[in-house]
Amino acid sequence: MTRVRRWLPGLLLVSPSIVLIAVFVYGLLGWNLKLAMTDKHNEIAEIPGNFAGLENFTGIWSEERWGLSVRHSIVFTVVFVAGALVLGWLLAFLMEKGIRAESGFRAVYLFPMAVSFIATGVVWRWLMNSATGEHAVGLNRLFHSMGLDFLQWQWFRDPDWGMAAMAIPAVWQMSGYIMALFLAGFRGVPDELREAARVDGCGEWGVYRHVVLPMLRPVTLSALIILGHISLKVFDLVVAVSGKQIITDVPATFMWTAVYDSHDPAKGATIASYIVLSVVIFVVPYLIWNARKGNRP
Amino acid sequence: MRRRWMAAVAVSMAGLLTLSACGGGDKQDTAGGPAAHRKVEVFSWWTGPGEADGLKAMREIFAKQNSNFEFFDAAVAGGSGDQARALLSSKLQANQPPDTFQGHAGAELQGYIKSGKLESLNFLYDELKLKDVMPQQLIDQITVEGQVYSVPVNIHRSNVLWFNPSVLKGAGISGAPKTVDEFVADLDKVKKSGKIPLSIGSQWTLVHLLESVLLGSLGTDAYNALWTASSDWSNADVTKALENFKTILSYAGTPQDDWQPAAKQVADGEAAFNIMGDWAYGYFHNPPEGGLGKESKKDFDWAASPGTDGTFMWLSDSFTLPKGAPNRDGAIAWLKVAASKEGQDAFNPLKGSIPARKDADQSLYKDYLSWSLEQWAGDKLAGSIQHGVVANDTWRTSITDAVGLFQQDKDVAKLQQALVAAAKNSGQ
Repeated sequence: MTRVRRWLPGLLLVSPSIVLIAVFVYGLLGWNLKLAMTDKHNEIAEIPGNFAGLENFTGIWSEERWGLSVRHSIVFTVVFVAGALVLGWLLAFLMEKGIRAESGFRAVYLFPMAVSFIATGVVWRWLMNSATGEHAVGLNRLFHSMGLDFLQWQWFRDPDWGMAAMAIPAVWQMSGYIMALFLAGFRGVPDELREAARVDGCGEWGVYRHVVLPMLRPVTLSALIILGHISLKVFDLVVAVSGKQIITDVPATFMWTAVYDSHDPAKGATIASYIVLSVVIFVVPYLIWNARKGNRP
Repeated sequence: MRRRWMAAVAVSMAGLLTLSACGGGDKQDTAGGPAAHRKVEVFSWWTGPGEADGLKAMREIFAKQNSNFEFFDAAVAGGSGDQARALLSSKLQANQPPDTFQGHAGAELQGYIKSGKLESLNFLYDELKLKDVMPQQLIDQITVEGQVYSVPVNIHRSNVLWFNPSVLKGAGISGAPKTVDEFVADLDKVKKSGKIPLSIGSQWTLVHLLESVLLGSLGTDAYNALWTASSDWSNADVTKALENFKTILSYAGTPQDDWQPAAKQVADGEAAFNIMGDWAYGYFHNPPEGGLGKESKKDFDWAASPGTDGTFMWLSDSFTLPKGAPNRDGAIAWLKVAASKEGQDAFNPLKGSIPARKDADQSLYKDYLSWSLEQWAGDKLAGSIQHGVVANDTWRTSITDAVGLFQQDKDVAKLQQALVAAAKNSGQ
């Protein structure tokens, strides 16, 4: 009886969220996967669709647009993750060196995170306007008026590097957050350890190389996971900057056109499954690593 | 103590969540009440300046004629209706249609028609004798197997060439080009004069350009044949037309964010030409809150897009009667307003389009609109691709994809292949 009294209230407390998550997250994930394995290529007609196995999953690779959107997604992810990590680390490093009014700077750098990707996109859409020369606006105009015309480029309209430009607003938005993570990591390194290293004859760089950086590894990993899954499912930023254009197509925008423009639910579900799968590839190793660490005495 | 307080918060949060989950069901119950019988839910994407004013004018007429019904505006914002259509298709799929919804007349509605979501409106056409007051060719192009499923409330023209007279003069061009070849020659002259020859917007404006170039290169009959069962997208004429498209595109300036900034380049004298539908007229002409406040014929001018003189490439907003509409009588009352001379004359001058009826009051339509009305009366008709007349959603999306890829690789053979495949897989 007393035992029940111990665990029952807790279970009751969390059960609504367990049920809701089971239905609305995992239930719908399963439903989506099931839909992806049918041949229901017509949204409006009331046909259930026959089981088609992995046909949709393999078939989509023969579409040029899919290959393009995957390539875009990879370019975006690499630039965004690397950019935000490096910039965030650099900011944290500088802050850690001790500056006046640190909390003020922290707030300033963290602030972009309070803005939604949509709002960021609307502003950067203007900043990254691709007009050049005397018609230029936004950043190109700035370069023009500073006499740096050679820096003007097509931004997100560049067929090869456009997605790298698309990652710039995302870096701008997230690097402050990464800075906060790293700063916490830096602060977590006890001064005694640094002192000990110095006593052992380490230079200032050596302290970082051998003591601080290794201790930042868990923080870096968390940052990587957070950035990685944001990047792989990016949708709002792309739509706000360029709308539904193939030149900046990513899987999530492709899914939108598949479902709502060509009314093809099976194809949309397939793309959705791939997006979830790509996030899983990022997240699962982290969970395993985390669980192992948690089990250690 | 503190823990108990936390528990109370958590439980009430959970309660709130469950309540909001049931919210949808509650709405269903009240929909059966007596008040709901009067309500007519009209679903559209007319929320912008001009179009919302037009809707309001029609709504006033509806209120005057129908004291027993109440107009309910279920408009969903978003210029081209993207968001509205996404919501609509899920509503229709769940068999919870609005009483009547706006859709582009023509093939865009085909998905709904084929899956039996729409009621035929032949009875209404007979009752109101609409076939006598609307152009025969229009009726033909929106008829599916002998049935008409929508009431067109307006007509827009897609194949309009907008140009800046002073930029043309500066480049030594005397008037608007009549043929595609003349157009290319003129584009070249403008290029030499240092201005942008042709302004373009985001990807969909290229599909809009393509439909005008196809029509101008192939001629009306061959263009219209592309959308019939005997269509042949692989022939040499289409190749030639696509080559023209490539040549014309090579004179295009940097793509702008959307059609408005592209049109603005012409108004500002930065660019010479722009091909866009006639909603651009309102943007050029309207006073500065919603438009550019330019003077027609002086700051900007228009002509049929090259090679399409004598053909009106049309698109039309229309209203439908979904099967199982909760208030069918109310919906029919709305359709009668939308079909009436009075309704169309109230709506169109404000929206910046012309009525689908032939007997409209011509004195209401000025400047560009009077030109458009005159052309509508005499021209042959062709349907727009981008705006849902000739190709269903699946087909149009494939064409848009093909054009988007072409924008990057400029490979005509590949574009044509993609168009052939799009026609084959459209299911139309």
